[in-house]
Amino acid sequence: MKAIVNVALKQGVLDDQGKATHHALDTLGFKEVVKDVRIGKQIVIELNSSSKEIAKAEVTNMCEKLLANTVIEDYEIEIVG
Amino acid sequence: MMNVTVLQFPGTNCEYDTKYAFEKLGCNVEIIWHKDTTLPENTDLLVIPGGFSYGDYLRSGAIARFANIMNAVQEYASNGGKVLGICNGFQILLEAGLLPGAMKRNDSLHFISKFNYLKVINNDNVFLKELNIGDIVNIPVAHHDGNYFIDETGLKELESNNQILLKYCEKDGNEQNLNGSVSQIAGICNKEKNIFGLMPHPERAIEQLLGGDDGIRMLQGFFK
Repeated sequence: MKAIVNVALKQGVLDDQGKATHHALDTLGFKEVVKDVRIGKQIVIELNSSSKEIAKAEVTNMCEKLLANTVIEDYEIEIVG
Repeated sequence: MMNVTVLQFPGTNCEYDTKYAFEKLGCNVEIIWHKDTTLPENTDLLVIPGGFSYGDYLRSGAIARFANIMNAVQEYASNGGKVLGICNGFQILLEAGLLPGAMKRNDSLHFISKFNYLKVINNDNVFLKELNIGDIVNIPVAHHDGNYFIDETGLKELESNNQILLKYCEKDGNEQNLNGSVSQIAGICNKEKNIFGLMPHPERAIEQLLGGDDGIRMLQGFFK
């Protein structure tokens, strides 16, 4: 199975890359439709875990230790396959 | 003679400048590879120099934090050993939780490389004791992820414990937003005042010929 981890800056921590991209979309003519842009990163991990529950727990541990810096970032984990 | 230990990770690129600077100040300097598990016993000051350890992959400093040598660094620091993190070294100290806060991409999204003025905010520590509060020094900065973030509670703690070392400023000392850092913070220390981190490079400002020598007054603090 696979874990898809999305890491992004927390709400309330200014996302300068998101802001710059939002501005660029505005100037490209999407001003009416774009409300907000947030930029993050996606990490895909192939796993040998025996169950989805165990996988989720293991990946949570990985996020807390390394994949996210929880001072400024939030993470979401999706286990698939 | 004071003994300075300088760490070297894959991607570190300021270790020889750092060695040169401390040797010029009369120190004995040893460079230690990240796979080592112990620091030289006679270490008086441990420096984590600048660069791009592990290519800044994932986040600046995030991977270096787990290098073999870092257990020895944690132990050395928790026993009161003096640690100085410069640029990427500062980022590593933040990722390792040895200093509070985190680094984000500069708010301009540009890599900034230039001489910049800094104002001394607190000098009741071994690092900046040779300088006066309000002194302005001119030191090179060179970073992409120098946008220091800490939440309001954390900032209040830094302020009340005199942990803010330096802030970015204009030549006349006026406030300057260089990279988006909370409260224009360029450098901090821990509560116990034995762990220091800053984004600017004092080791690159030790020769008038190369643009300035304000860095000497900073680094000297550790030995006077």
